[in-house]
Amino acid sequence: MKKASWKHSRVILAVLVTLAAPVVAGAGDNGREAILAAYAAEAKASDPSFSGFSANRGETLFRSVRSGGDERTPSCTSCHTGDPRAPGRNAKTGRRIDPVAVSANVRRFTEGEKVEKHFARDCKSVLGRPCTVLEKGDYITFLEGQ
Amino acid sequence: MNVRKNAILMVAMVLTASPAIAGHDRVPPVRDPVVLRECGSCHMAFQPDFLPARSWERIMDGLADHFGEDASLPADVKGAIRAYLAANAGGAAGWRARGEATPERITGTPAFMREHRFPERVWRDPKVLTKSNCPACHSAAEKGLYDDD
Repeated sequence: MKKASWKHSRVILAVLVTLAAPVVAGAGDNGREAILAAYAAEAKASDPSFSGFSANRGETLFRSVRSGGDERTPSCTSCHTGDPRAPGRNAKTGRRIDPVAVSANVRRFTEGEKVEKHFARDCKSVLGRPCTVLEKGDYITFLEGQ
Repeated sequence: MNVRKNAILMVAMVLTASPAIAGHDRVPPVRDPVVLRECGSCHMAFQPDFLPARSWERIMDGLADHFGEDASLPADVKGAIRAYLAANAGGAAGWRARGEATPERITGTPAFMREHRFPERVWRDPKVLTKSNCPACHSAAEKGLYDDD
């Protein structure tokens, strides 16, 4: 009897885990889509000719080498490496950085506050100025496809 | 009489100061999830025991220019971190010996400098990158264990 009920609850647990898995994955996607939608609305408001974010522009931004920011971080790739699916390393502190590509790290770009905080810090560090909303949307769009 | 008084005073000072300047081979690890998340995002979340409370206060007051980085935080998060750091900070004495009274860099404290007298080539190792990269050499640094040298 005891054994049966344990078996029973294990089956329930297995079913719950199976059901929950897509929900958990979906929550991340929803968070990211909400962030992108908010950026899109902002982009449209500041430029009526805005016609969507571009993964290609995002990749160019990701790989370009700049001179306006901190000399230790002339590019996004200074910390994130040229392969967004690989772990990176903070060029100033040596701290490991989880991959920025969504395929390698499903939690990327799913929390609005965190995303804004890191854009604020990292754009200043690489570009020497805040990113535009177009740059932020392009960047996420590129890494969402990686 | 005066000589004896001074001698007693000196012994008392040494006894009082020694816990603060004693080795930091093992320090209490950071357990607060907010501190771990926010202070451990760009660098290791350094254990508060490594600096006196007045240093942490100064660091928390200057987050907009945190060693050249804008590490600003929302007021509530900042307040929670400040309280944790102050409550778990190192003792008040023993920091001035060779450094400043209110050091902002752990790497500039007398205890750190005493334990890290290495030739320049050690610091230039690409694995190290910067003196504040504790885990590069102390593999269990985040657990507060620094006695693996």
